[in-house]
Amino acid sequence: MSDAITDQAAPAQGRWWIGLFLVIAVLVAIRAGMGEGMGRVYVQTETTRYASTTNEQGRVAWSAVADGTAGAVTIERDLFRTAGQFRAAESAAPGQQAIRVSWDRTIGLWLAAFFTLAVFSFLAGDNPAYKLTESIVIGVSAGYWMVVAFWETLVPKLLANLAPDMVKAWCMPNLEGGAFNPIALIPLGLGIMLLSQLTPLGRHVGRWPLAFVIGTFAGLKMVSHVESDIIEQVRATMLPLVAFEDDGSFAAWASIRNVLIIVGVLCTLAYFVFSVEHKGAVGRAARVGVWFLMITFGSAFGFTVMGRIALLAARFEFLFIDWLWLIDPKGERAMAVVAAATQLVP
Amino acid sequence: MSGLDRRWIYLAMMLAVALPILWNGVTGKTFPESPTPPSQACFDAIEALPEGSRVLVSFDYDPASEGELAPMATSFMRHLMHKRLKPVVIALWPLGPTKAEETIASVIKTDFPDRVNGKDFVNLGFQTGNEGVLKVIGTDFRKQFPVDRSGTPVDRLPIMEGITKAGDFPLVITISAGYPGGKEWVQYVSSSNPGLVLLAGVTGVQASQVYSYYPGQLRGMLAAIKGAAEYEALVSAAIDGDRVTAPKYTEARRRMAPQLFGHLLLIALIVLGNAMYFAQKRCKAVAP
Amino acid sequence: MSRSIALLICLVGGLTMLVSPFLPMATGWANDVTDWFNILAAMAFVLGGGSLLKVQLMRLSARGPGWGYSAVTLLAFAVTLWVGLGKVGVVADPSAPMVPWSGKPDDEGSAFWWIYLYVMTPITSTLFAVLAFYVASAAFRAFRAKNLEATLLLATAFVILLGRTFAGVVLTGWLPDWASGLRLENLAVTIMDVFNTAGNRAIIIGIALGVASTGIRLLLGLDRSYLGGDA
Repeated sequence: MSDAITDQAAPAQGRWWIGLFLVIAVLVAIRAGMGEGMGRVYVQTETTRYASTTNEQGRVAWSAVADGTAGAVTIERDLFRTAGQFRAAESAAPGQQAIRVSWDRTIGLWLAAFFTLAVFSFLAGDNPAYKLTESIVIGVSAGYWMVVAFWETLVPKLLANLAPDMVKAWCMPNLEGGAFNPIALIPLGLGIMLLSQLTPLGRHVGRWPLAFVIGTFAGLKMVSHVESDIIEQVRATMLPLVAFEDDGSFAAWASIRNVLIIVGVLCTLAYFVFSVEHKGAVGRAARVGVWFLMITFGSAFGFTVMGRIALLAARFEFLFIDWLWLIDPKGERAMAVVAAATQLVP
Repeated sequence: MSGLDRRWIYLAMMLAVALPILWNGVTGKTFPESPTPPSQACFDAIEALPEGSRVLVSFDYDPASEGELAPMATSFMRHLMHKRLKPVVIALWPLGPTKAEETIASVIKTDFPDRVNGKDFVNLGFQTGNEGVLKVIGTDFRKQFPVDRSGTPVDRLPIMEGITKAGDFPLVITISAGYPGGKEWVQYVSSSNPGLVLLAGVTGVQASQVYSYYPGQLRGMLAAIKGAAEYEALVSAAIDGDRVTAPKYTEARRRMAPQLFGHLLLIALIVLGNAMYFAQKRCKAVAP
Repeated sequence: MSRSIALLICLVGGLTMLVSPFLPMATGWANDVTDWFNILAAMAFVLGGGSLLKVQLMRLSARGPGWGYSAVTLLAFAVTLWVGLGKVGVVADPSAPMVPWSGKPDDEGSAFWWIYLYVMTPITSTLFAVLAFYVASAAFRAFRAKNLEATLLLATAFVILLGRTFAGVVLTGWLPDWASGLRLENLAVTIMDVFNTAGNRAIIIGIALGVASTGIRLLLGLDRSYLGGDA
């Protein structure tokens, strides 16, 4: 029976998908054909020449120099330009090549839009586009973090201590260089033992670096949590029950606030004491603590919603501004309909 | 109604967020923002610093949270540059340095081109270790960050002269999406350096948890996109006055319109859901 | 023997961190230990990549359902590693233009930067953004004011949701100054300042007590679960 229902639903699902894709494709085609088009990225090549000088200490320093300087090294890089800058350059010199469409970045932009829509498509149900996107991000994320860890930590802090001259010559020319530091063998050894977890023998060998990490982390956390989250938080809760203004007059609201905070902290802590039965005075205190917790969770929910909607707004802005070119609040394409940002209140 | 397909709710949320964005893009109008005490405290803390002070700025977020945090980073950087303060940028998240480079490019290199890398600002990059990084910089900053992102030793950077530990900075700003972030900066740096002023820009998810540290261990806080919008408004008022602010510095305020309608939709959904629930409950009670 | 050495390493590492705030002479040791911890954390990223490689290769060779996606994951991983470690498309740093490998791997225009901007950023951002839809759906289906506690939670959420937007100003901005505390935006601040602070403070204190006791158990070897099952 349930199979029959599922079978009946499948063609409807398929038609829904095909319809959705067609609508999106038609809208994109219409938009791409209208006016200035959409989804293009412009760049301009910045060419800088560098020449070296040697100071009194014998240190070589490179600085930017004018064109034609003898012995200068040239570095070229493509920098983003806006569609407005492209239009301005074209109107000044039609056919100019200084500011041009960057095809790799334009393809990247369209790919980014595809990935965005693919993830959104999960809302309608799991589908191959979403699965493909998910697979890609898993691989890319793992690779990205490895690369960052290598270049930002392992090279300057491990390899630079093990073979400073080699690292200086290879990729960190501003390093001082110097002798091999034997202490660096300790983290290297522990790291190799950690990586041995990928091998069948690693289960035993990998224990030591793991124990080192656990012990260090536990010691690190204990001190900071006790100092910051117990002592300082208790200190911050030691508030006067009767507060006074600077001029000596009684501050009613500040007093009420302080009493509420002290009562709230104590009652909420009472709720978390599970070794005493929540009856009598403890039970009443725990109940008040629950009310404080509910207000805390309600505010957490409100802020969480705020955060999620902001992230969603940012993605829609990418689709409408960067890809579809429907609006231009940043004035990057100098479209006539954009007004300067003004306040709503008269 | 109880069998309402959830895709209608998704469509409603999509329209509630998308239409205000399009409306804002066409009209350019934003809502006025009046600052709450934590946002005002952030502004005042930066205003109080003398010119030339070094400020440690930690980019503890990645693209997943840039919708909320990128406007904060932009406003902080703009404010620091305008006050001629000197940001020393680090990151506790692997993608933090790239976010920092984007902010440096869009603010410093565009609007303050006279500022020199290594002298007026520097990006020291990311280090693995989470709170381990904070523990080390608490006593030996240069051990943890020996070089900047270009490989130049920190000892040779004029901006780092006299800086040996985190407590040597009069102000630390963390723009934080989670762990490690604002909470860890409070635990490992702020608590053990009583004279140090710590400001945090946090996501909505984190705001509720980190609020307990304000104002003792955390001098000021920008909570979610609203905090970013308030701070943007303060910075714009101080720097631009009556002139029109450049659009890249109004990003958070532009996002408050979709925020408003998203919130109203959510409240309507909760009220509707509860109305249906109580109506069904009454029907069941009445039915024989 | 291996387990005993592991427990000893755990104890020594932890004690070094515990003692260093109190003994200035131990600060240098603690910094070294933490530095090694940080380097191990970088190695852990390499371990994570290796583990991904192992799992996905196993899936690929097993040719189970969805093995094609494992191939995609492996390809994405390999390409990212190659362009990142090889600094493909990276120009030399201006401070050392004669050293081609001196540039940063994520410099604008490099292949690694392209992957960050056009692959990682849109996918990770959208994965989080999509949660807004689920929050709305969950709120409609599950949030019920069934009792006092749930009503308190919902009422607080409403105050925050309205007070943190312009709706709060529109709805209660007309209240006179003597009643300004009842304006939604001020109510939201009060909720955060008083009730949220009190509730979260108790949670923070409770967590810290738990962390301290768990830490002591780990350092004393009473909790050995991280060592695995056998001796």
